[in-house]
Parts: sequence; C-alpha cells; structure tokens
Amino acid sequence: MDISYSLVANAIVAGLLLGGFYAAVSVGVAISFGMLDIVNIAHPAFIILGAYIAFLLNDTFGVDPIVCAVAVSPLFFLLGAGLYRVYYVAFESRGRGPLPGLAFFFGILFITEVVLVLIFGVDYRMVKTSYSETSLHFGQVDFALRLIVPFLVSVVMVVALHLYLKHTFFGRAVLAVAQDPLALRLMGINPIRIREIGFAISIATAGIAGAFLVVIQPVQPSIGREYIGLVFAVCVLGGLGSIYGTLVGALILGLAETFTATFFGPSWSPAVSFGLLLLALGFKPTGLFGR
Amino acid sequence: MSNARFATIALLAGVLLIVGAQWIQNDYFFNAAYTVLMYVILSTAWNILGGYTGYVNFGTAGFFALGVYSSIVLWKAFHPPLAVMIVVGTLVAALAGVGLGYLTMRLRGHFFAIATLALAIMLFTFVTNWDYAGGARGAYVIVPREVPFGFARYIRYLFSVMVLLSVASIVVARVVERSRLGRGLAAIRDDELAAECAGVPTLKLKLISTALSGGMMGLAGTTFPFFISFVEPVGAFDLRYAVNAIAMPVIGGMTTWLGPLIGAVLLGTVQQLVQVTISSAWNLLIVGLLLVGFVTMAPEGIMGWVFAWRRRRARRS
Repeated sequence: MDISYSLVANAIVAGLLLGGFYAAVSVGVAISFGMLDIVNIAHPAFIILGAYIAFLLNDTFGVDPIVCAVAVSPLFFLLGAGLYRVYYVAFESRGRGPLPGLAFFFGILFITEVVLVLIFGVDYRMVKTSYSETSLHFGQVDFALRLIVPFLVSVVMVVALHLYLKHTFFGRAVLAVAQDPLALRLMGINPIRIREIGFAISIATAGIAGAFLVVIQPVQPSIGREYIGLVFAVCVLGGLGSIYGTLVGALILGLAETFTATFFGPSWSPAVSFGLLLLALGFKPTGLFGR
Repeated sequence: MSNARFATIALLAGVLLIVGAQWIQNDYFFNAAYTVLMYVILSTAWNILGGYTGYVNFGTAGFFALGVYSSIVLWKAFHPPLAVMIVVGTLVAALAGVGLGYLTMRLRGHFFAIATLALAIMLFTFVTNWDYAGGARGAYVIVPREVPFGFARYIRYLFSVMVLLSVASIVVARVVERSRLGRGLAAIRDDELAAECAGVPTLKLKLISTALSGGMMGLAGTTFPFFISFVEPVGAFDLRYAVNAIAMPVIGGMTTWLGPLIGAVLLGTVQQLVQVTISSAWNLLIVGLLLVGFVTMAPEGIMGWVFAWRRRRARRS
C-alpha cells in the first residue's frame, strides 16, 4: 500500500472532524459518569432517540436537523430529570450502589432500542440538508461540510458547557456535588436537585448529539451499542469529569479510528475504540487528564 | 442436602425429562425447549459472577459467541464429535474470562461492566473480519445425517444434550454457592475491601468466578451452530443474550441457584409463546420492561417473595 501525503492529510482532517462529533457524543457521559458517578450506559440510546426525532422533524417540516435538536433539547432535559428521579428513588436513596443501577440503565437502553424498532423499523434513515453533498477543497485535502457543521456546533457546545460548569453558580454546584455532597448540604443547597439538573443536562447533550449523528451517517436503532464503548473510552482516556479532557480524548479516538479505517479497512474501526478503552482501563484508568 | 445427593437427584430429573419428552410428537417443542435450556445455562452462568460475586457482566453474548465460533472452526477443520467441541468451547470461553478478569478486576465494579461490553464488541469485530469462520457473510454447518444414540431427530438429540448440560451447570452453581469459594464470593459482593482485609484472596476468587462464568456461557454456545445451522456474527453476538442473561436472574432472584432457573424457565417460555403468537420485537420489549420493573421495584426477584413468605410463616409459628 502506498502511503501518500494526501491520504494521510485527509485521514487527519477527517479524524479531527469526527473527533469533534465524538466529543459531543461523550460530553454527556463525562458529566453523568465522570461527575455524578451515574453509570448511564443508556446514553447512546438517547443519542439515537435524538437522531430519530431530528429525522422525523426534518422529514415532516423540512427544518434543519441541528436546529430541530437544539429546539427539542429542553424536552430531553425534562426526560433526563424524570429519569434521574426514578433512578434516585429506586437506587440512590436506598443506598443500593451503582451495580443494580447498571442493570436498570441496560434495560432502558434495550427498551428504547426496541421501541424505535417497533415505530420506525430496522431500515437505515438519513436526512438531507443543504450542506450534505458539498465539500471544501484545499489542495488535495477535502473538508466535507456534513462533518464540519457538526464539528463546529459540537465544539461550541463543549466549550459552552465547560464555561457554564466553571463559572456559573449551578455549574460550580454540579462540580461540588461530585466532590462532597455533604458539604453542599451544609451550605443549604439540595444535592439531589443539583444532581438532577446535572443529569438532565447530560441527556440534553445526547439529544443534540443525535442530530449530528443523523447528519453524518444514516441511523438504525441498534447502532447505539457501538457508541457505548466509544463514549466510555473517550471519558476514560480524557480523565473522568474533565470536559476539555473529553474533547482531547474524543479527538484522539477520532484520529485513531480514521487511521484504522484508512489503512486497514472500515470493518476494523469498531475494535479501535474498545481496544483503546480496554488498554486505558488496564493500564491507566485515571486517563490522560485525570484528577 | 449434600452435593452428591443433589447431583444425583438433578441427574435423575434430567434423565426423566429426556425420556419423558420422547413421547412428545411435535418437533417444535424441542426447538422451543432448546432455547429455554440455553437460557437456563446462560443465566446460571451469569449469576455466578453477577449474583454471587456482585460483578455485572454485559458481555454474555461475547462469551456465548466464543463457544459458538470455536465449534464452527473445529467442525470445519476436523469434524470432531460433539463432546470434544463442547469441552474446547468451554475452555476457550473460560480462558477469555480469566483474561478479561485479569485485565479489569483490579478496577471498580462498573469499569468491569463496561469492559465486558467492550470485549464483546472487540470479539465481534474480529469474527466479522475472520474469513475462515465465515466472516460477515456467516457460516453454514451441515447437521450430521445419522443421529447418535437412536434419537428420532437430530433436534431431539441436541435437546437431550442441552438437558444434561443444564443439569451440570446447575449442580456446579449449587456446589459453588455452598462451598468456601461461594462464601468468599459473597464476602466480595457485600464488601470487597473488608473481605480483602479479612484475608479473602479476592483477586484469585474473582478470577475463578470469571473463568467459571465465562466458560459456562461458552458451553451454552457450543451446540448452537448445530441447532440453527447457519451462524452469522450479528446473530451470534445478539444483545438479546446479554439482556436475557441479566433479566432472568434478576427476575428469579440472584442469591441462589434456583433464582436463575426459575427466571429462565419463566421468561424463556413466555418469550417463546410471545414470539409465536405476537412478534419478536414485542417479546424483547417485554424482557426489557420486566428487567427494569424488577430491578427498580423487586430487587430480590421471585425468590425474594418466597423468602419473605417463609420469614413471615416462621414468625407466626
């Protein structure tokens, strides 16, 4: 195989753009798993749900899927708040630890998937936007707009979340609840309420990431599973609970996957994220930027 | 009841089931029963790690598929007898269990759970790219023409093998449960740090339990190619095995060997009925809803109700 300059350059560009999207996919888990210690393995299911809602709205009203996703994100916020309530009442308030909660979220993942299959069937669905087919060219390097638009929006979202968590009262309370819920209670703040909001934000990001997904590639109810390894690999690589770490982890993973797909064939790329995850868990579980 | 006595009774019950079933004319019964028995083994296996040790395994499909694919490869290469494939498949999956345990068992419980899922998808990718084992296109296994031991049809033979394998798994689970090993595992489940401090060799016990659990999941897969005769990776790694292997012990009750058995027979039978009468997607929805319902509202499962009823009766007398 001849490794030409343009092939490598294209792989780097595509990898970074994909990485930006992966950051949007994983940032919710960085909040729920990294900060709140809620192992929400159903996160990808909500991404797929977001993708289908964006598809449905785009199909009926012709609105841009990303605009739709931002518009319906309050609904995802409420869904997240409701889900946390159930989780809290059934598991946290009884001190049952995270393991039964895992089974709970696994069930939620499965239910969401099956409900989507029952409503939409197992066909692949795709949206068409004004920018789906265009690419920019710089020399021999192509920039596909259907990757650039999600990349830009997702970087904006990740940076905004970082600023929100670092500089607002609520955001700092979310960070605080991760460290010491008792101290928070002594300050006269209800940690349950803060955790609820944190979890709701994480689900809202899943809804928006779903719209990116449906812009980038066709979706089908069961593809969510492939993202489970990805989101946790990104979070573990980036160090749990660090938003910028998540961004860096996502870019690394995007590059690794694109290079594997370019040089070994796309059928190998799912092994990359899970392989990196297993390696990270086995050798450096605190991640690159761990606290 | 001593272990030997339990094993004898379980074996007798198995033999009775095999002999009794030969009067059933409808071959579909054997298809359905095979699937239910497969779930009995899978959920018993899952419970050794999940119920006794407290480590959630989402990778059931991966271990199961290891058993399936080791049989396919062996069959393509040597056409060995079924017993050889059963033993090899179990060993391969047990080895994978040890490997996974070694890599992740030093971590907190939920990292282990995520790693099991990662393992399943890694294996899926390798099998999809492995042309000898059929790759993404899948592999055909021609069921042997002559049926051993004078059974009327090959499916009846497979059913009988599955009955014996289920009996073996249940006996293993019960022996583990009541042994020193089982008490060590329970100590890990309740408080790993305290167990470690009290001198329980936690890492060693956990590795034994991942090996047992993984091996038994592989065992459930070894005869699968002959049951279904066409295997492709998406089917062999289906998430439904993972969900069922969790849902059945959760519904039955995770602290004893009886829980997974009850859960598997109950849920497995309901699924077979729903699949025939309504549809396949609906039966998966039922599994998901039951899993979420039990785990939130009745965490001790059906056996939990039995224990509560016994306690009440003991208090009254």
